[in-house]
Amino acid sequence: MQASKGFDEHHLLHLLKHYLPAQAPLKDFVHHNTLHEFQDQKFHEGLANASKMLGYRVYLSLNEYENLYKKGKINTTILKRSIEKFKGKSEVDNVMPKLFQCTRNQQVNKRIGVLRSHWKDQYHFDLNGRVHVNIFRILNSFLDQGVALWQFPVHGMSLLEAVRSLDKNSYAGFFRTDRGRVLLHDDKTTIKELLKILVGDETLYEQYVFDQQFEHPGWSGLVAVIEDQPHTLLDHRKISLHELILLELIFEIDTLDHRFGSKWKPLSHTLKERPLGIFESLDRTELDDLYAIWQDAYEWTYYDEVLKGLSTKRELPKITDRKTFQAAFCIDDREISLREYIENLDPNCETFGTPGHFGIDTYYQPQNGKFHTKICPLPVQPKHIICEISTDSKHKKDIHFNKRAHGLVGGWIIAQTLGFWSAFKLFVNIFRPTISPASASSFRHMDQFSELTVENKNPKDKQDGLQIGYSIPEMVDRVETVLRSIGLVENFAPLVYIIGHGASSTNNTHFAAYDCGACSGRPGSVNARVFSTMANHLQVRSALKERGIAIPETTTFVGGLHDTTCDDFHFYDLGSLSEEQKKFHEKNLSTFSRALDLNAKERSRRFDLINTKKDAAVVHKKVQLRSVSLFEPRPEYNHATNTLCIVGRRSLTQKLCLDRRSFLNSYNYEIDPTGKYLGGILNAAAPVCGGINLEYYFSRVDNHKLGAGSKLPHNVMGLIGVANGIEGDLRPGLPLQMIEIHDPMRLLMIVEHKPEVVLNTIQKVAATYEWFKHEWVHLIVIDPETELMYQFVDEIFVRYEINLAALTSVDNYGQLIESTSENLPVFTLKNQLV
Amino acid sequence: MNLFLGLLLIIPLTGFLISLLIPKSNEKLLSLAAFGPVGFHFLLSLSFVGVWLFNGMETFNIKEFVIYSSEGYEFFIDLYFDKITAVYLLVGSLLTFLITIYSRYYMHREEGYKRFFNTLLFFYLGYNITIFSGNFETLFIGWEILGVSSFLLIAFYRDRYLPVKNAMKVFSVYRVGDIGLILAMWLSHHLWHENITFFELNNHDNVSLHLHEHSWIGLFTSLLILLAAMAKSAQFPFSFWLPRAMEGPTPSSAIFYSSLSVHIGVFILLRTFPFWEHQTIVRVIVIILGLVTAILASSMARVQSSVKAQVAYSSVSQIGIIFIEVAFGFETLALIHFAGNAFLRTYQLLVSPSVVTYLIREQFYNFQPREITNQSHFRQKISNTIYLMSLKEWSLDSLVFYYLWAPVKRAGNVLRFITPKIAWSVFAPLFVIGSILLFYQEEIPSTLRQILPIFFAFVGLILSLKSFVKRHDARFSWLLIFQNHLWIALAITFNAHFSYWDMVLFLSGVILSAIVGYFVLNWLGKKESNMDLNRFQGHSYEYKKTAFIFLLACLGMAGFPITPTFVGEDLIFSHIEVHQVLLLAFVALSFIINGLALIRLYARIFMGPHIKTDHPISGRSA
Repeated sequence: MQASKGFDEHHLLHLLKHYLPAQAPLKDFVHHNTLHEFQDQKFHEGLANASKMLGYRVYLSLNEYENLYKKGKINTTILKRSIEKFKGKSEVDNVMPKLFQCTRNQQVNKRIGVLRSHWKDQYHFDLNGRVHVNIFRILNSFLDQGVALWQFPVHGMSLLEAVRSLDKNSYAGFFRTDRGRVLLHDDKTTIKELLKILVGDETLYEQYVFDQQFEHPGWSGLVAVIEDQPHTLLDHRKISLHELILLELIFEIDTLDHRFGSKWKPLSHTLKERPLGIFESLDRTELDDLYAIWQDAYEWTYYDEVLKGLSTKRELPKITDRKTFQAAFCIDDREISLREYIENLDPNCETFGTPGHFGIDTYYQPQNGKFHTKICPLPVQPKHIICEISTDSKHKKDIHFNKRAHGLVGGWIIAQTLGFWSAFKLFVNIFRPTISPASASSFRHMDQFSELTVENKNPKDKQDGLQIGYSIPEMVDRVETVLRSIGLVENFAPLVYIIGHGASSTNNTHFAAYDCGACSGRPGSVNARVFSTMANHLQVRSALKERGIAIPETTTFVGGLHDTTCDDFHFYDLGSLSEEQKKFHEKNLSTFSRALDLNAKERSRRFDLINTKKDAAVVHKKVQLRSVSLFEPRPEYNHATNTLCIVGRRSLTQKLCLDRRSFLNSYNYEIDPTGKYLGGILNAAAPVCGGINLEYYFSRVDNHKLGAGSKLPHNVMGLIGVANGIEGDLRPGLPLQMIEIHDPMRLLMIVEHKPEVVLNTIQKVAATYEWFKHEWVHLIVIDPETELMYQFVDEIFVRYEINLAALTSVDNYGQLIESTSENLPVFTLKNQLV
Repeated sequence: MNLFLGLLLIIPLTGFLISLLIPKSNEKLLSLAAFGPVGFHFLLSLSFVGVWLFNGMETFNIKEFVIYSSEGYEFFIDLYFDKITAVYLLVGSLLTFLITIYSRYYMHREEGYKRFFNTLLFFYLGYNITIFSGNFETLFIGWEILGVSSFLLIAFYRDRYLPVKNAMKVFSVYRVGDIGLILAMWLSHHLWHENITFFELNNHDNVSLHLHEHSWIGLFTSLLILLAAMAKSAQFPFSFWLPRAMEGPTPSSAIFYSSLSVHIGVFILLRTFPFWEHQTIVRVIVIILGLVTAILASSMARVQSSVKAQVAYSSVSQIGIIFIEVAFGFETLALIHFAGNAFLRTYQLLVSPSVVTYLIREQFYNFQPREITNQSHFRQKISNTIYLMSLKEWSLDSLVFYYLWAPVKRAGNVLRFITPKIAWSVFAPLFVIGSILLFYQEEIPSTLRQILPIFFAFVGLILSLKSFVKRHDARFSWLLIFQNHLWIALAITFNAHFSYWDMVLFLSGVILSAIVGYFVLNWLGKKESNMDLNRFQGHSYEYKKTAFIFLLACLGMAGFPITPTFVGEDLIFSHIEVHQVLLLAFVALSFIINGLALIRLYARIFMGPHIKTDHPISGRSA
């Protein structure tokens, strides 16, 4: 924003959109870097600027760091190393004491909002209070997806047209003064013109609009998102940020006119001192450095422990060629402990991790659904659609959501009849929670006994311009890519499970955030099933054989879904198994069942209200109850512990306790010497895992401004967002209950390959490279041959020396998880877990 | 039975007191202290009502004890139990019991877990006192507790701007209800020449005899009671407060604002029905108000696109119908309707987050694009107008603001000339002169003697107004309110025979609270240089205990039933004659404005976004 230039509306809108929150409506909630707009700067630099400009807190408080230091979560040697990194070696002794005396001034003085606060200072008048309530009401009613019984009367028009039309065709207008009305109906009214009335000085226009829109970043951000992706609302609306700003400016003029008549002047006329521009002189301060040093040391103390763990020799189980089964899971950090338990219960099995859409890039339309929904990573633009057919499942209704209860007569009857039923239902639900139509269940995404249109026999079979199903060559490509990228090209077991994941919860507005991120916030059941169907297809198999992947006839792929909240498995298309395979499957089922119990028990240590010491099966039942309880704001902790993403062979992480803190992507460098598949993995993992990680980071360090705050007072607005109470702005970001146990650290990506191959790979796609170059994600490469570690610093790989002398030694894993709800240290698992 | 009735009040009181003593880190014990007593209370209520039903539903009236009596005046606690109490008791204790269990998990780890259960139990205590009350005085105790605990529950997230702002808004509406009740009490003193019990209202002959003699007093008393009921039950034109009360955690909004608290207005109407039953005009007014509310609120519910506001307005519109039912004398129907509405809205609010899952699924499978309807231009225009008006909530908020608070603010702003200097140099000596005059009452000409109390009360009102609009100095504001009390006391002493003990009773609580409050403000002022009342300071972030002490001081100062001042205030009113309209107006207004000024003072200093930004702070619109 340069003060000297004239006002350029286009430039302003572009800039605003860049800085506003980019979260889609609730049903499409997908994690992303909350401060994505600063990603063109280095991490610490971007954070310091964000804080100064927009008033966010971007680190823990200095007292918190000091406490972490006292608890040993920040290591002294590493702290010194960090000082050296930011200030140079000579400064270590000088800076060290400052880190501990700095509780004095941690105030954040922001630029945003200062200019516009002059209304309040000079006129003792709360302009926001009068304008917001109108703007929010109009936006919410206009965008509403089905809460109101009486919808916005004008439809099919854009926001501004609709408001004009409604204002014209009614006896009660939106505005209270003539000027407001005239400005609204004059279609030549421009933002610039309105700003002239309100602000006066052209050089302040941009700053004023920034101030104005950042008073309600939730609504403004959502409007910007809907403008660019109108399909995100099933019931489409035409709206733009431009219209919002125009309307809000007219409301401001109308309100001021109504209150002060002709007794007010443009803001700049009474401005005594010109406030600092939002983008002006963002100089780095010493405090910025102190925060950066603490954060860096905090991160590397943990990373160092992990790297020590990875390089510690462990006794790995012997690899047999005859596997009982193989199972591929999502890379999701919630799957790591389950895989460990399965491997422990059946040492002859093998598990893999790969992004949970399993390479299936498609839309999905369930039977009777009026729309299709994307079930692959958000940036992918699918050309295919999979439809669910031949099922007659019905959705249960709940009369409590019946809209008649809000009418006059309907309400009168319902209150006196259903009202008493409500008391009974509430009573039952409090003492015995069960699944209800109000719950979001991952298993409902697709009917277990339906059929899917996986194969396309005629390219002309299209729906909404998308090809229904995949042709054989398309299937072969997808199956091959996934199998090669995870390194499963030989020694196929009789059963290969492909397990997607989803989550179930009740009374949870953020349900989409609990499902699979790689499936755009949907459960992965369709993907798992489609992939298995493809891999079982005879023509696909023979084509794969030609490409060097021979899958024996005795092998069948089985799709499944893991519900991460209640720790349950569902499998699909079991009818196609041979008798022998069915027997194997029965046996595996008992392995899974036990593993799920144990996994639930391990998860339960984070839930204070469950007694972890009880038997695994008992604990599992309690954990399941959480997912259907009305009163449970934490059905599960989701990605709250994510910190790592490890791309490599299972042997790299096996027998090492990483405490559900890592995304695990199976990858065998031997199969992929040039990094062809690695590129695919990193291009997906960096934005997906990095996005998840940073959304947790920022929601944790400033839950008020970058997170959604506590979810307990949340109120659903138009089915598109949540706000506090009825007058609040929308709250993007994660609620307090999702991030409270999160340790805010950047993601450490660990890749097992040659540094030069990795460097070459990440540089191929600029968007991926930016993550590493600007250090929004850390990168360590482990050379599999020399076992040396390299850290990616300033665009080159340098040797990383491990600081930690020895890992914590833990004898009894079971006892440990029963005894603490804190993060576990990294240690090698000596005994069996079970 | 007598014993049991008392027990039903003592249990929530004990629970509340115990919950105050438990350390805040001990969630288990805290929730036990809540659901233990509430659960016990629920069981006891069930068995009590069971036995009562078995014994033929006899109506009880028990005069528990006399708190204060002086010449021609008696303040006593009176308990009452009949069908109405029974229904309110069962609905209240069942819902509160369920909500305490619900919140035990729901509120887990929330900052303010203890505060939540404290306030919840306090609310429950107020609720029980209200529904068991056998006379206006007892009712008023419960009523005041409901008001303050509502304020605290709405402002539960006290570090954010909107909850605090809305809590103040709701409190100010409640204050209107308070004045209705106080004046109703005052009039009924003069009507009956005693503190009448509700039981005696059932004596039809007695009531009609008195009403016949003073029909206009009867009418005004009824209308004042109605005003209190309207404010508490969010009836026209006060409906706007209910959705704005939905700022706390969902379960507290569910149980209090969509069910229990908001039905208290209905309770008062039911309770006093024998009194206005034969005043046709009152019944007609209640019916009209109920009808207007029902229609307006249901139109507002229809256009709401936020779930909680929708439930709130639906509830209000049903209460409008309940008002009509009461006015028609359909007591049983009204009680059934109350229970059903309370249960339904509680449940709807509790499952409100689920609408996203449920309705999105509905939309996904059943979506029908909207068709363009062909309506005549005129009909379209009418329907658009209704839509737009409903969306703007029929401007009820600004209407009430315009007629009630804007004049107060304007009047206060006129008083800008009063600086601390003037206050000390003019008003203090004036007060001394006034006090001296007290000893020479006999020598003052009788016309002057009649004017003096009005003048003193007027000065008191001016000081209290000044305090209300004061923007900077918190200590000065505090002292102004203290002075107001002194002037009021002076005025009343001049006006009628106000005994030494009466005076001590009235001022004891005020003086104690004033000292404590002043000490707190002074102490805080030294630590924090910034005590500007122009914006919220949010000091409770750092000074939690101090905030609590100051809250107590404010409550004491406002005549809340924690100090003898509470009785004193009632006593003051009983010393104003029916014809002294001006004196009454000044005293009543300063009472109202004091309450508002005090709560504003507390809110500005201790609530809202913290002024220090060394930790995450919420935005204004968050």
